Amino acid sequence: MTAQIKVDNLHKYFGKLEVLKGINIEIFKGEVVCVIGPSGSGKSTFLRCLNRLEEPTEGDISVDGKIITNKDANINKIRTNIGMVFQQFNLFPHLSVKKNIMMAPLELKLKTTEQAENKALELLKRVGLLDKADVMPRQLSGGQQQRVAIARALAMEPAIMLFDEPTSALDPEMVGEVLSVMKELASMGMTMVVVTHEMGFAKDAADRVLFMDEGIIMEEAPPSEMFTNPKNPRTIEFLNKVLSA
Amino acid sequence: MNLGKVFSEVSPLLFKGVQVTLEVTILSLLIAFMLGLVLSLMGLSKTPLRWISKIYVGIIRGTPLMVQVFYLYFAIPQLLQFLGFDVRFTSFTAGLITLTLNASAYMSEIFRGAILAVNSGQMEAARSLGLSRGQAMRKVILPQAMRICLPSLVNQFIITLKDSSIISVIGFADIMYQAKIYVGRSMQAFATYTWVAIFYLVVITILTQIAKIVERKVQI
Ligand SMILES: Nc1ncnc2c1ncn2[C@@H]1O[C@H](COP(=O)(O)OP(=O)(O)OP(=O)(O)O)[C@@H](O)[C@H]1O
Ligand SMILES: [Mg+2]
Repeated sequence: MTAQIKVDNLHKYFGKLEVLKGINIEIFKGEVVCVIGPSGSGKSTFLRCLNRLEEPTEGDISVDGKIITNKDANINKIRTNIGMVFQQFNLFPHLSVKKNIMMAPLELKLKTTEQAENKALELLKRVGLLDKADVMPRQLSGGQQQRVAIARALAMEPAIMLFDEPTSALDPEMVGEVLSVMKELASMGMTMVVVTHEMGFAKDAADRVLFMDEGIIMEEAPPSEMFTNPKNPRTIEFLNKVLSA
Repeated sequence: MNLGKVFSEVSPLLFKGVQVTLEVTILSLLIAFMLGLVLSLMGLSKTPLRWISKIYVGIIRGTPLMVQVFYLYFAIPQLLQFLGFDVRFTSFTAGLITLTLNASAYMSEIFRGAILAVNSGQMEAARSLGLSRGQAMRKVILPQAMRICLPSLVNQFIITLKDSSIISVIGFADIMYQAKIYVGRSMQAFATYTWVAIFYLVVITILTQIAKIVERKVQI
């Protein structure tokens, strides 16, 4: 089996600060990979390199066998195949929920208005927000906004979804509704890379867990192993801290 | 000092002047809107274009409006004549160009600030969906920036409207010009300029109120 995402010797500097210090990883089709690790370890930077919201300083990333880090790669085209969900939702506040979802497929002329609208409604139904199609984002709770953001990303029909702490900005009672949408997505075979502090989600839904620290992947293992029998002392220390909290 | 008598005589003249004032103000603002937008985008780009924008804004902001009017009306035609072109601006054209240059420089700063005020997550979200920078600007950033800067745009409208009174110095037949002519004839400076002030006040207050209603309508 060839990897759907292949990261080869990825380095990222912000000025003189080396944030990623040589990441190597292969992620397979349909796999759910959770990325955990302490604050500032480079998790977000790693994730954002995967769709080049951050430009890697060195190293190659390929998606479906195509190197996306080349200067002449059509990054806009590539991004249509890689959805992203942000911690702060980033819904477009001037557009209704439905228009948020329809905007990109229409602007990129991938769908007719009717197709885009049907798709938007279908996705809203899937995330349980069909009745909110015509309201503005600010009228929604955080959990609802994040579910719309997921629907918006799915409207491009991506093969890969990236999540950067999608539940960290939510009130505790809303975390569950977002995670359950993500679990459903995982069960449908979406390739997912999820940066998360929700160890419960990683345990339940991940095929593999990556522990990042100081810009490298310190340890990777299936969740059953990572959470019961971590090997690296840094992993043990980190898990002790977060699981006892 | 007969306010009533002066009013009945001067108001037809002032109404004529108001018309010209509004004409030049609105026309210059429409052009300045486009120009200011282009300048702000140039200023925010990472290409050498941004220097053109910065120099332009620097020159316009660094010189008084009165100097600019004279420069356009007297200095430039002389230069052109010297170069063998017989070009003259009417006072309307010179005034229009000056107001436009001025307003566009200030508007470009207004747009720049508003674009920068849109949360950076908005651009990222749009780009992550596959939109180009230009598409994201047009569909996501600018609609939000426009709402943010609407109050400043209204303010600029008022400033330009007031600034337009300066171009009466080159014989531009706006409110101020009409008033000066009338005062020269009647010697009724107090009454005339009181009415001029009231005219401006009324026009600006009406425009401000309209703007407030629009502002409320487009709030996010
Ligand atoms: N745009 C940037 N410019 C400069 N430094 C940055 C930038 N983005 C991130 N950094 C730095 O890079 C390091 C890694 O940041 P990153 O956001 O990837 O960490 P993280 O693991 O996602 O942390 P958290 O759990 O807090 O989200 C941090 O030291 C951060 O300050
Ligand atoms: Mg992060």
